[in-house]
Amino acid sequence: MDELLLRSLTPGVLGVLVRRGADFAAAEDAVQDALVEALRVWPHDPPRDPRAWLVTVAWRRFLDATRAEAARRRREDVVDAEPAPGPATGVDDTLQLYFLCAHPSLTPSSAVALTLRAVGGLTTRQIARAYLVPEATMAQRISRAKRAVARVRFDTPGDVATVLRVLYLVFNEGYSGDVDLTAEAIRLTRQLATAIDHPEVAGLLALMLLTSARRAARTAPDGSLVPLAEQDRGRWDTASIAEGVEVLQAALARDQLGEFQAQAAIAALHADARTAEETDWVQIVEWYDELVRVTDSPVVRLNRAVAVGEADGPRAGLAALAELDDALPRYAAVAAHLHERDGDLATAARLYAEAARKAPDLAERDHLTRRAARLNGRRTS
Amino acid sequence: MAKYLLLKHYRGAPAAVNDVRMDQWTPEEISAHFQYMNDFAAKLEQTGEFVDAQALSDGGMWVRFDGEGRPPVTDGPFAETKDLIAGWMVIDVDTEKRAVELAGELSAAPGAGGKPIHEWLEVRPFLTEAPTITE
Repeated sequence: MDELLLRSLTPGVLGVLVRRGADFAAAEDAVQDALVEALRVWPHDPPRDPRAWLVTVAWRRFLDATRAEAARRRREDVVDAEPAPGPATGVDDTLQLYFLCAHPSLTPSSAVALTLRAVGGLTTRQIARAYLVPEATMAQRISRAKRAVARVRFDTPGDVATVLRVLYLVFNEGYSGDVDLTAEAIRLTRQLATAIDHPEVAGLLALMLLTSARRAARTAPDGSLVPLAEQDRGRWDTASIAEGVEVLQAALARDQLGEFQAQAAIAALHADARTAEETDWVQIVEWYDELVRVTDSPVVRLNRAVAVGEADGPRAGLAALAELDDALPRYAAVAAHLHERDGDLATAARLYAEAARKAPDLAERDHLTRRAARLNGRRTS
Repeated sequence: MAKYLLLKHYRGAPAAVNDVRMDQWTPEEISAHFQYMNDFAAKLEQTGEFVDAQALSDGGMWVRFDGEGRPPVTDGPFAETKDLIAGWMVIDVDTEKRAVELAGELSAAPGAGGKPIHEWLEVRPFLTEAPTITE
């Protein structure tokens, strides 16, 4: 069965329930029940109209739950009859859902979990596996998130920037499990881009497409990280790059630059170079200057120092680095790289080892350790 | 989100403020201690931050490879190992600040006299998966 189709129908179905008067939390539970049911039933009994099937089952679940709740409270005022369907919207509901699930009152992890479930149509179990926490923990995280937004009106306009931060997190910190969160983030951002015309939404979509295009080349068969300069560019996904570039160009043409467009522009310049040597580092530095202007982020300045090192030589890169706080994450790794390019291999080896000790993730730690080991030059006998 | 290991030591950590061995507590104080730990774990499950909690037996031994075709060498258990892990809790939280806050709360578990133990817990961040975006 087509699980992606099922998931893409989720926000619309949820929107229908909310428009029929269900409160968001109860409607979301009912849709989740319907999804789980669909996963069970559809493989051997596919519905003729999947969306109608989901609406019917979810609405029934909602009524059952409401009745059970009402019975518990010994209340009589239960809505029994199915109301007339509300106005046939879809796109607007979807957009509202994105806003609600990324509401500023939510912590990043809650917003991510709620977005993946209510907008992405993933089951709690899938989300729990993806983030390597017990299912019960994830279920609680989601119900707390729903309680936190319980008083937010469904039709309150939200801030696109908060939605983009959530989607960026899903893309960037996607872990493991049976769901490809990188692909899911792209799907959700693409869906958002059809619901709202916004240059930064397009910018983020372009960034995701251009970055994930390099995915196959990014890891060696043994799982170790392959740095950009050493990747087999023949393995980059050209269709994904072409789409990313197209989306980005349309966004940039609107002349409202934001951080995602600038990041995507840098990714596009890398994608443009057939070999690492052909990379247009001068233009990349210019985009980093834009990015510094837009974000004023120390991490961006750190990455800029790398680009300066390529454009104007390692000494210039080290000079740019000297202006930054050496407590920044990955500072030692950048310093090591620039010293290596400058020919000071002893310093580079020492800094690579230091950077490895401070690395926040396993792949990077192993990569930096290998760099240090290579410069230290012991050979396997 | 980041996962942290809250590591509790039988031995090897700096001395707690209320440093009385558990076998010197009253049975009620022991019950109150375990109740606190269970409640703490249950609370973290409610907040969506709980990953795992395990206690370790203080028996055990050292094991190492001793060459192809030979059984592994074992040694111990040692009565007086300097550092002995008692157990751990794994949490999944938004910030390091939150990890520290929760470790502080766990360290307040009641001990002798029903007073907080103020024991030192080791807080260690997990290494994560590599981020997708690197430049």
